[in-house]
Amino acid sequence: MTEYVITTEKGKWEIICGLEIHCQIISQSKIFSGASTEFGDDVNENVSFVDAGMPGMLPTLNKECVHQAVKTGLGLNAVINKYSEFSRKNYFYADLPQGYQITQFQYPIVGEGAIDIDLADGTSKTIRIERMHIEQDAGKSIHDMSPTKSFIDLNRAGVGLMEIVTRPDFRSPDEAGAFLKKLRSILRYLGTCDGNMDEGSMRCDVNVSVRPYGSDELRTRCEMKNVNSVKFVMQAIESEAKRHIDVYENGGTITQETRQFDPATQTTKVMRKKEFAHDYRYFPEPDLPPLILSDEFINKIRNELVELPDAKKARFIKELGLTAYDAAVICENKETADFFEKAAKGHDAKKVANWLMGDFFAMLNEKKLELKDSPVSAENLGSLVELITSNVINGKTAKDVFALMAETGENPEKIVEERGLKQVTDTGAIEKLIDDLLASAADNVAAYRGGKVGLFGWFVGQIMKQSQGKANPQVVNALLKKKLG
Amino acid sequence: MPVDNDTVRRIAFLSRLKVDTDKLEDTKEEFNKILNWVEELSEVNTDNVAPLVSVNNESLALRDDAITAGHNAKEILANAPAQEFGYFVVPKVVE
Repeated sequence: MTEYVITTEKGKWEIICGLEIHCQIISQSKIFSGASTEFGDDVNENVSFVDAGMPGMLPTLNKECVHQAVKTGLGLNAVINKYSEFSRKNYFYADLPQGYQITQFQYPIVGEGAIDIDLADGTSKTIRIERMHIEQDAGKSIHDMSPTKSFIDLNRAGVGLMEIVTRPDFRSPDEAGAFLKKLRSILRYLGTCDGNMDEGSMRCDVNVSVRPYGSDELRTRCEMKNVNSVKFVMQAIESEAKRHIDVYENGGTITQETRQFDPATQTTKVMRKKEFAHDYRYFPEPDLPPLILSDEFINKIRNELVELPDAKKARFIKELGLTAYDAAVICENKETADFFEKAAKGHDAKKVANWLMGDFFAMLNEKKLELKDSPVSAENLGSLVELITSNVINGKTAKDVFALMAETGENPEKIVEERGLKQVTDTGAIEKLIDDLLASAADNVAAYRGGKVGLFGWFVGQIMKQSQGKANPQVVNALLKKKLG
Repeated sequence: MPVDNDTVRRIAFLSRLKVDTDKLEDTKEEFNKILNWVEELSEVNTDNVAPLVSVNNESLALRDDAITAGHNAKEILANAPAQEFGYFVVPKVVE
């Protein structure tokens, strides 16, 4: 793998980075209450008395959230802890009405795991997962509606979260970016989190430190909270690493602090220090006994698991003959992979992949359509490829047929039949065209035979034109070569 | 392990409770009484005894994933000291 080294006039540096990712669990109701998790509803409409922190209200754990967490743990190749506990994390903030967050501390539901990431240079790397625990989300504060007041919406308060913590295994911004994309892809395959960073359903905290290149020391790290896109995570790592290097090279020291990344300036700045903010006084949640999972519960979920991107990719390479790159692109998104598999069934899979990633995606882009709204169905894309491989139409005609399919939504056989686009493979008919051409273009024939071999393309072009693009190019080539001598 | 006045001040701050200076000494004494009382538990030998998280030995009962609450913003906001446009309103808290 390509090493990422920051070189300055004074020396060479490498970065150490770890991520904490908060992922909203897909469930109908909240993790400890029966209020809806729907995003974008009217203010404070999805709030139960539990979420509002009313005295005497007791949390009850949502089975689906546990199910989703176990499923995610299995997808991260991680240990599922049959015994886990909830804890209270105490802090005071306006969007946390209880005055504490119910989370897991000492005994999380998911233990160590690992994800393989694919890097741009074709290599891959394993990123270790330290743990994953489940907890409740806080409400939302809006600060820009008034100069003196903050507005609080508790609709998000109590929505289930999975917090995934990685080991500090990232050595470059690219690795962190590849990891987030891979994680998002896995979560979407599993259907446990929608992974939309811009809507805040997946949020990333980034820990960064630097050290002289080749050393094994661990220096003070800084944390950047709630970075909300893959691109910003990568930029935040780079900018924070450069800040550290600058401080060290000028004889300064880094203090551990929480910072915020500003995408506009691409720099980080220190967040106002919350006094005693890190004194969370965790203790076991008295309202919830420990969570004990049976083997039966875990195995049932294991048996429900869908084929994940890595397994699908390996299968597409091995069984369908795709290149690693094509397979990776197609498998990133489950809908695309399913569409491809449907289209490729019984046809030349590599050709289907080329069409899918080329003309097909270009058409969707141009029409600004989602895959599910495509006018060209998977079956019809497969049929089009079949018409090419069985020599019914040539590649050039296929492009025209595809354009008509995108326009009308009709199947390619019908279009080819109705518009008489079948290619001419009848050697007799092509031979006649060639004979006529050679007779009428005696000058060019003489020039070609005299050594101007570049003229061959001109002959091919003329014949294709005469046949209105329907002549089989291989047949034309072969016959022309024979006749021109 | 008795606490001192600084600890009392710190705990009061973390809990957002106002403890007047002339009440510090009394509060400290109350804290220490409670701590001493709890301290009696350490007389029991707990070697090789796993920590008890809950006196309820049952495993956690799980709830079905169904929407059973909400759509009562009025009630939720009923006790709010201040509200506007359906939001709780608090003094500005910006990072």
